[in-house]
Amino acid sequence: MLVLQGIVDGILAGALYALMGSGLTLVFGVMEVINFAQGIIVVLGAYFTYTFASHLGVDPFVTLLLTIPIMFTLGYAVYMLLLRPIKRDRVIMSLLVMYATAVVIEGVLDLIFGGTLVEVTASYGTSSVHLGSLDFPNVYLLAFGLSAVLLAALYWILYHTKFGRSLRATTQNLTAAKLVGINVDHVSALTLGIGVGLGAAGGMLFGMTTPFNAASSYDLISRLLVIVILGGFGSVWGAGVAAIVMLVIEDVVAVVWSPVWGQTIFYLVLALVLMFRPQGLFGRRLARAQ
Amino acid sequence: MAVAEAAPELLSPAEIDRAFRDPFSPSKRTKATSWIVLLAVLTAFPLVFTNPAVTSIGVFTMFFLLAVVGWNIFSGYSGYISIGHAVYYGFGQYTVALLIMHLGITSGVSELAIVPLAGLAGAAVAVPVGLLVLRVRRHTFIVLTIAVMFIFQLLAFNFPSITGGSTGLNVTPPPWSGNDYNLPFYYIALGTAAIGLLTSWAVRRSKFGLGLLAIRDDEDRAKGLGIKVTRAKLIALVLSAFFVGIAGGLYAIFIGQVFPQFAFTPFYDLYLAVFAFVGGLGTLSGPVFGALLLGPLQQYFELQFGATTLYLIIYGVLFVVILLALPRGIVPSLADRYRTFLASRWRRAEERRGVEGSGVTAGSMIASAPGAAPAERGGS
Repeated sequence: MLVLQGIVDGILAGALYALMGSGLTLVFGVMEVINFAQGIIVVLGAYFTYTFASHLGVDPFVTLLLTIPIMFTLGYAVYMLLLRPIKRDRVIMSLLVMYATAVVIEGVLDLIFGGTLVEVTASYGTSSVHLGSLDFPNVYLLAFGLSAVLLAALYWILYHTKFGRSLRATTQNLTAAKLVGINVDHVSALTLGIGVGLGAAGGMLFGMTTPFNAASSYDLISRLLVIVILGGFGSVWGAGVAAIVMLVIEDVVAVVWSPVWGQTIFYLVLALVLMFRPQGLFGRRLARAQ
Repeated sequence: MAVAEAAPELLSPAEIDRAFRDPFSPSKRTKATSWIVLLAVLTAFPLVFTNPAVTSIGVFTMFFLLAVVGWNIFSGYSGYISIGHAVYYGFGQYTVALLIMHLGITSGVSELAIVPLAGLAGAAVAVPVGLLVLRVRRHTFIVLTIAVMFIFQLLAFNFPSITGGSTGLNVTPPPWSGNDYNLPFYYIALGTAAIGLLTSWAVRRSKFGLGLLAIRDDEDRAKGLGIKVTRAKLIALVLSAFFVGIAGGLYAIFIGQVFPQFAFTPFYDLYLAVFAFVGGLGTLSGPVFGALLLGPLQQYFELQFGATTLYLIIYGVLFVVILLALPRGIVPSLADRYRTFLASRWRRAEERRGVEGSGVTAGSMIASAPGAAPAERGGS
């Protein structure tokens, strides 16, 4: 029964990680940028929700109406100001620039909020739905629901809009996309905006399920990176499946053994998988990786 | 670097160097003199500026210098950017702390005598880590090195019986004070950095080093040409980890404490990569300039604003500005400027003499100068 509860916890939390990871993998697919700042972006989103919810006294979900546009604009601006000028060694240079940006955001958040752990609270936050002996916390159910809705919206944007087609074209072949007249910079900036917006939405849910401070970003980003590697870089669906698989493994280990080892197993699974499938679970092998 | 295609038969590295010699690069003698002058300045520095606060900044800068030079041997030459060298740094720290604790060493001299073992420990752990992470390339490699670093941090937290967990380990500091405390660390780090630089130079000039550069430019082709790529990368990583491990060992004794979150820290990874990038990745002198410029700045900001996270903001902004302003690094950018300057002066001199249409034109001279067509890395 413990194992079953672990699986349920893992699936519910996995959907949340899928949401946060989708932004990361989408951005990589389009512009080969490893957004190391995604962890702190999630935390920033959580702090926005925390501030709006406590000052305006509204439901955390309503704050998304403010948070997502703000974060989208931030993502767009970061691309235009910091990533567009990079011409050489794109993968590593953009990683270092985003890393430094993450450090700046972390410093600002720490300066404003201090290191104390905070949590976003809601009236329905502490109760849960019982089904037999299984326990479904309300917050996680809502998180699962919102993640599903946002990922469905992302799917719709990717496959049913003109922008989505431009985005997929850019993912497939940047030069060819330019040649057929796609404004690649605009598409990339919008993609980073969407990625950061999704991260911030994930942040709201993260803030409701976990106490956090600015330093939580490191644990987050390392998990998200593992999920994105396992899912195969650039594959949103791969990241989704990897998120759920990894969180189920972690939560099952956590309930039958100990939470500390759950986290370690998370990384050991990564090491094991890469020994047999270096391209990740769903990634294509790069023919010429240089 | 189309070396292998251009060479009709196998040339020795020295012959290749002659064939591809840059007509505008400084002579060997100038280079050797500059290195000796730099070494002399660094040796004299703590004897001139005897304020312990200044020399301790010097000590940290030397630690960085040592580690960045080591980092460059692997990442600079092979093009595999590691953002996970804190693994070897942390391993060096724990090795020294545990040995000192369990062997009951108290005298400062014997504590420092243990430091080479920290390097060996770093090198030893680089073998299994390398066998895992070197299975993947490019972005996956970069991200995997970060992930491996976090694994080690977690392990350090999760084995409190060995590592002391989050309470960390204490290292009895050597019983010296003031400048006497700083100087041994300073000179040991400087000496090891010099050895590291010599190693780096030897690697750069060897066939092994050419293999690494070939891997950087096109790994599949390098493999096709018969370079044992995995072995070459692994040897470079082990060499590189040795020096970073020593930096960790020295740091542990100097600070007197080892904590998981400071031994295996993502910041250290960032520092090494940024210092090397700012100086000039894959060049001999680049990491030296990067560490000597940014190391003291990092220490200064941390001392000045370390009470709050303001220093993180300042440092992050500084990094972004430098990375965007000097994307190729200081050494390659300046070397290019210098070559352009020499070439244009040479052309003006030619024009004054009225030499037109001679065998070598200024144009062909510039075009043949490697600065005009720098060895591009293969990455997009």
